[in-house]
Amino acid sequence: MANTVFSHTLPNGLVLLAEPMDFVRSAAVHVLIPAGCAHEPAANAGLASAISEMINRGAGERDSEQLMLALDSLGVDHNVGPGLLNLFLSGSTIAKNLPAALELFADIILRPRMPADELDAVQAQMLQDLQGLEDSPQEQVMLELQSRYYPPPLNKDRYGTEASIAGLTIEKMRFYHRKHFRPNGTILSVAGRIDWPRLKAQVERLFGDWPRGEETPLAIVDSHIPRSGHIAKDKQQTQITFAFPSVAVTHPSYFAARGAVGVLSSGMSSRLFTEVREKRGLCYSVYASHEGMKDRGTIVGYSGTRPERAQETLDVMLAEFARLRDGVQQDEIDRTKAGLKTSLIMQQESTSSRAGAIARDWYYLNRVRSFDEIQSEIDGLTPKKVVDYVEEFPFRDPTIVTLGPNALTIPN
Amino acid sequence: MPFQTHTLPNGLEIVGETLPTSRSVGVGFYVRTGSRDETDAESGVSHFLEHMLFKGTPNRTALDVNLHFDRIGAKSNAYTEYESTVYYTAVLPEYLPDAVDILADILRPSLRQEDFDTEKQVILEEIGMYADMPPFDASDKARRIYFGDHPLGNSILGSTESITALTRDQMQAYFDRRYAAGNILVATAGPIDWAGFVDLIGTKCGHWNAGRPGRARLEAARPVIGSHAIHKDNVNQEHVMVMAPGPAVEDAERYAADVLATIVGDDTGSRFYWELTHTGTVETSGFGIDTNQANGTLGGYFSCDPEDAVENLRIVRRILGEVQSKGVTAEELAVAKSKIASRLVRRNERPMGRMGAVAAAWMNNREYDDIDTELGRYEAVTIHSIRNLLERFPIDRPTVVSYGPLASVE
Repeated sequence: MANTVFSHTLPNGLVLLAEPMDFVRSAAVHVLIPAGCAHEPAANAGLASAISEMINRGAGERDSEQLMLALDSLGVDHNVGPGLLNLFLSGSTIAKNLPAALELFADIILRPRMPADELDAVQAQMLQDLQGLEDSPQEQVMLELQSRYYPPPLNKDRYGTEASIAGLTIEKMRFYHRKHFRPNGTILSVAGRIDWPRLKAQVERLFGDWPRGEETPLAIVDSHIPRSGHIAKDKQQTQITFAFPSVAVTHPSYFAARGAVGVLSSGMSSRLFTEVREKRGLCYSVYASHEGMKDRGTIVGYSGTRPERAQETLDVMLAEFARLRDGVQQDEIDRTKAGLKTSLIMQQESTSSRAGAIARDWYYLNRVRSFDEIQSEIDGLTPKKVVDYVEEFPFRDPTIVTLGPNALTIPN
Repeated sequence: MPFQTHTLPNGLEIVGETLPTSRSVGVGFYVRTGSRDETDAESGVSHFLEHMLFKGTPNRTALDVNLHFDRIGAKSNAYTEYESTVYYTAVLPEYLPDAVDILADILRPSLRQEDFDTEKQVILEEIGMYADMPPFDASDKARRIYFGDHPLGNSILGSTESITALTRDQMQAYFDRRYAAGNILVATAGPIDWAGFVDLIGTKCGHWNAGRPGRARLEAARPVIGSHAIHKDNVNQEHVMVMAPGPAVEDAERYAADVLATIVGDDTGSRFYWELTHTGTVETSGFGIDTNQANGTLGGYFSCDPEDAVENLRIVRRILGEVQSKGVTAEELAVAKSKIASRLVRRNERPMGRMGAVAAAWMNNREYDDIDTELGRYEAVTIHSIRNLLERFPIDRPTVVSYGPLASVE
């Protein structure tokens, strides 16, 4: 099925992408700004979170209340959040309200007021989130895994610490905003019922004067050695996670890696679900996923189970990951492909899914893949490609992090 | 008219909306049964049975069920609520007959003892998982307190004790009682051929036993009032819920209640937002309406540092009191309607969204509303209709349940 994606790069480097979807009444926007929390100075952990909250609290001509009223009146469900590498803004609403919403988004990105009298509230909110994490063992164990597995600064999370949150100031936020909010590196995508020439003219008008900024490459610590570990907590379940290297989204074997993860974890007949849950009843939730960055990729495994069954759960999971090297069946690959194809087609029914997908494509690849291209990658998956991938990037030395009453025995 | 309905001789109802331009099709089996239909001895059986439907039939082993769904790339799932249990899938249109074949087959499960024993462990894990998630556990326990002995207070998951004690024969008896054809609705939305779909369902489900079991205690709850504390040492934040009666699912005032709930406690721009979330005194807060047959509940929630809980509850009571005595403003009303309209339009752009909306409207009220009719019902809400709603269902004297480290939040 053919799809059209328009792209236009402004002289200052901002990339505008748009996918018209004529059968819908809505439109969605997704913006990636190269200001994710990996860019925070170590002492100011949480700064990107603070800015994500603060830029909603008044921008341009509007104060906090006026800005929210304007967004709500347009029916814009919007979200600002600090990812690891990019800070993102997303929003969707009825298509006729899109131009007015973009005016507000431009204010939020370019002209946030960052009112000093709201700093206390933002800090209080961040402390509440940090405390709430203690009641969310699944998220907590994932953050601990990221922190141990990835080299600094890729191992950061959005929360910060009590001390770093207390040390945040408006000046630090303004400085971070000036330094990391820049058009070169920013991607703004729109999907839905749109008029491309008008959209392009509007975005040029809104963002054309935004001055270029300096690139701020991350200094990644290559000598980092991941270490497994356990967090002791009195909980009903033990949380089990692990990570090991895979390939980046840009790598020629990326789809083969997705195929390997699919054999393990796509659908209810996949190996992890069948062996861990269906046959043994060890857990409710078990999965594997691929986490892609531009320069690296990681495969992550997860399950949660009662403490007396946690060791067996971990052992069965690890055995299933290891067993990939013994080969995969054609039928397993066919099922993975069928699942990927359905996901791809259903993505075309959602404006917010498409806006996010085309922005991420551009971020990773500097272009947007057509459906036909993705479909032919999916069609090209074979058992041999998956096995070749597994041989080249074998499952070994996983970094294992658990959370619960008792530590587990980590195999050598 | 894109909407169609048909009833098989055994009482099974079929509803569908034709969406010629959609790229996928949703199909769901909606069984009118849930935790409110369980006896104490069967607590959790609806949800456990939902799992067991994926464990095989005389024609398919458990692994076959999973394999057959996955081979057609189906996005399938199921969920259990207080008064419905739903099995659904979204597939590419060419796979609709296969999807129906699998779904119809699993609706007549074998309930084999060995599968029952294994799946019981999975259910116990699910109970453990939710016990570690305070917002879920808190809401489950708060409902039990608020509803007293009314069956809408029944836990969907059941307890470790009730699930451990449950037998296969009890489940079979529950299935035989509740899964009769007259208690099931099949809903679809997508680029379907209606006549062909009806034939397909007739072929697959026409032999199912007839019957329409009905529902006991079809009456509004008489809520337990007052303030209640559930003390939990190993929970970090305090979770506080306020609950009061509201319009039931068949009550036309539910639209006004939805608008009111958006004004009071939506994620952005609501009264709760400005006084609780924006100021940073809570981690999360919200207010919403929960509608069931013969009973509705207007409820608010916040979680926060235990030190702030007493003050936050005071603020919540003040907000509810102000809304009760002074009503809402014209601006609040207009903003809430525009938010609801935007969400409604977007949710209904996908076949699965339409399928859910069409099924719910038919199951609850034997109504069919296209989007514009539904939008019109929200548009018709006025300050006056919210005033009437508040007179019928005052929100300023809610039952309070707290869950967390505090012995009391009063």
